[in-house]
Amino acid sequence: MQIQLSHPARTVEVKGPKKVKDLLRELNLVVEAHLVIKGDDLVTEDEMLYDGDQIEIRPVISGG
Amino acid sequence: MNCTKCKTKAVIGLPRHNAAFCKNCFNGFVHDQVARAIKSEWMFGKEDRILVAVSGGKDSLALWDILLKLGYRADALYVNLGIGAYSEQSHAKVTKFAEAVAASHGAMLHLHTVEQEAGAGIKELAQLIHRPTCSTCGTIKRYQFNRVAIEQQYDVMATGHNLDDEAARLLGNVLHWQEEYLDKQSPSLPASVEGFAKKVKPLYRLSERELAAYAVLNRIDYIVEECPMAKGSKMLQYKEVLNRLETESPGTKQTFYWGFLDKQSKKQPTATTMAEKDRAVLHPCTSCSQPTTAEVCSYCKMMARAGTAKS
Ligand code: SF4
Ligand SMILES: [Zn+2]
Ligand SMILES: [Zn+2]
Repeated sequence: MQIQLSHPARTVEVKGPKKVKDLLRELNLVVEAHLVIKGDDLVTEDEMLYDGDQIEIRPVISGG
Repeated sequence: MNCTKCKTKAVIGLPRHNAAFCKNCFNGFVHDQVARAIKSEWMFGKEDRILVAVSGGKDSLALWDILLKLGYRADALYVNLGIGAYSEQSHAKVTKFAEAVAASHGAMLHLHTVEQEAGAGIKELAQLIHRPTCSTCGTIKRYQFNRVAIEQQYDVMATGHNLDDEAARLLGNVLHWQEEYLDKQSPSLPASVEGFAKKVKPLYRLSERELAAYAVLNRIDYIVEECPMAKGSKMLQYKEVLNRLETESPGTKQTFYWGFLDKQSKKQPTATTMAEKDRAVLHPCTSCSQPTTAEVCSYCKMMARAGTAKS
């Protein structure tokens, strides 16, 4: 599956199926600082993600 | 994961509340937290006119959205800082929200463009007066918000500061023992003298992640990219540390900040004594008549040094 990341904007390819929680851990990202969006929908940490899913991991922390 | 309230599929888990919510129940939770903040800190009532400081980011647009949905009279002010593509994009997001959402509630957007009044953007001004961009920016934003609030007779100014902002700021202040700043960390600061608007932070009970989720779920189109000047800021470092702790022990941030507020409320000088303190040292700026502790306020001094202002 294609994972879209920000800061800086980039895309990585990850093999599914995989739980959101495990995906974040693998990418070394903290749950509290990110949202995971599948297509247009927000998903929880226990959601299973499959190859072919469009995933965005969006950072939520701003510095201002 | 299922919704704690209605048992349908959840869209977000909230470890610090030991809960998970579907979209509807989550919106209810967010509105409740804001309503609670407004009430418990005596922020404003249904008759008051509120000026929301919007930046195009998730927090301030979510705040404007929530206040309108809760039935408050909230207009907004956007300050265009003139920071290249970042300012252009954030400006466009704010305008879009104002037209698509706020207008239908009868709310309006005020605009201030730094370049129009100061003759240069934030970065250029900062270079001219040899000060960091963010402190120049802070002075200008504070000044303009207060000016619009006073001139247009708003009862109160609201900013989108959230739990993470306040916890990170508190951590910074405590690490450096800047005790003089602690009094100003209350989510509700009274109008201190004639000429200073009352300031409130209705989002102090909600985390940054919850506010981003609110924006995503309610299709609020906000600017995800950061202001380029924020890169590597101390605030970001404090937030990262706190979020690591929060992930390990949910509730750390609220225990830290709300615990502090609780202690302050027991010993804090009341609103009146703070106002009295201010009244003793503040008087109108000789150039623009906004309140200041000096002869000339820091905004006017800055403009004089930059020498770019259009009169
Ligand atoms: S990061 Fe600095 S320059 Fe950018 S908006 Fe925040 S205070 Fe202003
Ligand atoms: Zn529900
Ligand atoms: Zn002045």
